Amino acid sequence: MSGRMIVDKAVKVVLFASAIISILIVLAIGFFIFRESLDAWAKIGISEMLFKSVWRPGQDQYGILAMIVGSVSVTFGAILMGVPLALGCAIFLAEIAPAGVQSIVRPAVQLLAGIPSVVYGLFGLVILVPMIRKLNVPGNSGFGLLASSIVLAVMILPTIASIAEDAIRAVPENYRQGSLALGATKWQTITKVVLPAGKSGIIAAIILGIGRALGETMAMIMVIGNSVIMPKPLTANPLTFFLSQARTLTGNIAVEINYATGLHANALFATGVVLFALIMIINASARWIITHDQRSSEKAR
Amino acid sequence: MKYAKKSLLVVLSGLMCLALIAACGSKSTPTPAAPVAEATEAPKVTEATEAPQGESAISLSGSTTVQPLAEKLAEAFMAANAGVRIDVQGGGSSVGVKAAGEGTSDIGMASRDVKDTEMTEFPNLQVFVIARDGIAIVAHPEVPVGDLTVDQVRDIFSGKTTNWKDVGGEDQSIILVSREEGSGTRAAFEEMVMGKETVIAATAILQPSNGSVRTTVSTTPYSIGYLSFGYLDESVKALSIGGVAPTEPNAADGTYPIVRPLNMLTNGEPTGAVKQFLDFILSEAGQKMVVEDGYIAVK
Repeated sequence: MSGRMIVDKAVKVVLFASAIISILIVLAIGFFIFRESLDAWAKIGISEMLFKSVWRPGQDQYGILAMIVGSVSVTFGAILMGVPLALGCAIFLAEIAPAGVQSIVRPAVQLLAGIPSVVYGLFGLVILVPMIRKLNVPGNSGFGLLASSIVLAVMILPTIASIAEDAIRAVPENYRQGSLALGATKWQTITKVVLPAGKSGIIAAIILGIGRALGETMAMIMVIGNSVIMPKPLTANPLTFFLSQARTLTGNIAVEINYATGLHANALFATGVVLFALIMIINASARWIITHDQRSSEKAR
Repeated sequence: MKYAKKSLLVVLSGLMCLALIAACGSKSTPTPAAPVAEATEAPKVTEATEAPQGESAISLSGSTTVQPLAEKLAEAFMAANAGVRIDVQGGGSSVGVKAAGEGTSDIGMASRDVKDTEMTEFPNLQVFVIARDGIAIVAHPEVPVGDLTVDQVRDIFSGKTTNWKDVGGEDQSIILVSREEGSGTRAAFEEMVMGKETVIAATAILQPSNGSVRTTVSTTPYSIGYLSFGYLDESVKALSIGGVAPTEPNAADGTYPIVRPLNMLTNGEPTGAVKQFLDFILSEAGQKMVVEDGYIAVK
């Protein structure tokens, strides 16, 4: 009797401690990054850092706007290519594929999540960059937003596909049966009933994919070119925007931290704070969409 | 059987509990951690003050270009002088200058000249040039251009010349490959080629090491970059500068223009084991190792 009680108590303490430690770790990381960045905000100035695009630590110029635009552009490109692919995959797995096919496709998609980032980067460097270089546009080096967006689209695919699949599966079965009973085809049922019903979960999946894309580092360094420039079209054709080189916020930190000292190092920590804030906003909005939608659908019932 | 499993669970969870409490304790109460840190640091201090009596330790930090050479020199020196321990760390040239100036290392390593601002910050720095290293301008192997002047290289890297046809090549845009901000190789290249006024064009592809610059140049048609002599191989085309090929003899006799010093720095005149080590590096045996590593001897 008392033995069981001890186990019960002990397990409770262990679980509580695990939860507290996870929170403490996040707080500690946030605190130290912010503390290291304080000098940069004070000496360089917040608007100077966030709204100037010239980054030349050698001449005390620390504008990270070009990197913010770089991160946002490459994430946008990845979403553009990755989301349709991931959603198609999720719908196929949840609604169409028979059990046998599912048991092959699902692990294969999830395997993508387990491939190390540097391997994606290597693939991009050896296969994608030389292919893109063949596009005959002046100034096209192959390195840049297009190569990195493609790599990133594949990397966020498993994240979005698995969460979106769960969201689609969570749509009650009687919605589908009702729709089919009214004479709708399978495709009409999916687009008109299932997807709208699972909308909040799907949007959350996309937002989490965005968060994943913003944080990616190694593969980006290998294929994006790392030039500190505002991405812009190489010719009059606006599509050549994606052939422009760029640098991401994560890449800025990883490429330069080895040699950085003093204010330069502080400015890199400030880059980390901006990244931290961006990802927090994105994850919080995903959470908000999920809970908000649950509440409104509960009210509707 | 069942009972055994359960008691194992109890023991395991108890252990986890203890570990977690211990982890929590040290985190939430930083005061007991402080004396521990002092205690671990204390022996180092005494070791250093005891140095003249017997054992002595020399610490080096700084440029990752100098680091491999310094490690080899340190090994040879330690083999000949039992009782001397030498620790070599990286960190980059800027770290090396700072470490020597602030006294956190006995010797700082830098693969570039000490900047004026650094000299005013640490006026007692003594600079010992232990070797020289050439920086080669390299292009993709299929680029037909084989020779450029320093002015042409400057115009190419500043973005003023953007097409190979302007320097005698094909009608193709030039793709620049450079090192990242803070790299000693970049700083030396900027100092010797770009000068104070011109900067490397922002459109350059930046790669974080000599090795990745070489890979990028060797795989990107119409690209140009710069590399330490030690990294040259047949995968890239090393261009001659003003008709002088980037070879060690040409760099040694001063005809090849882009040569940087590899420096060791001390704060004030070196004494004791530090002086012995520096003397060893500049001795015939030490300089022989410098040449074996692909650098240019200073004596």
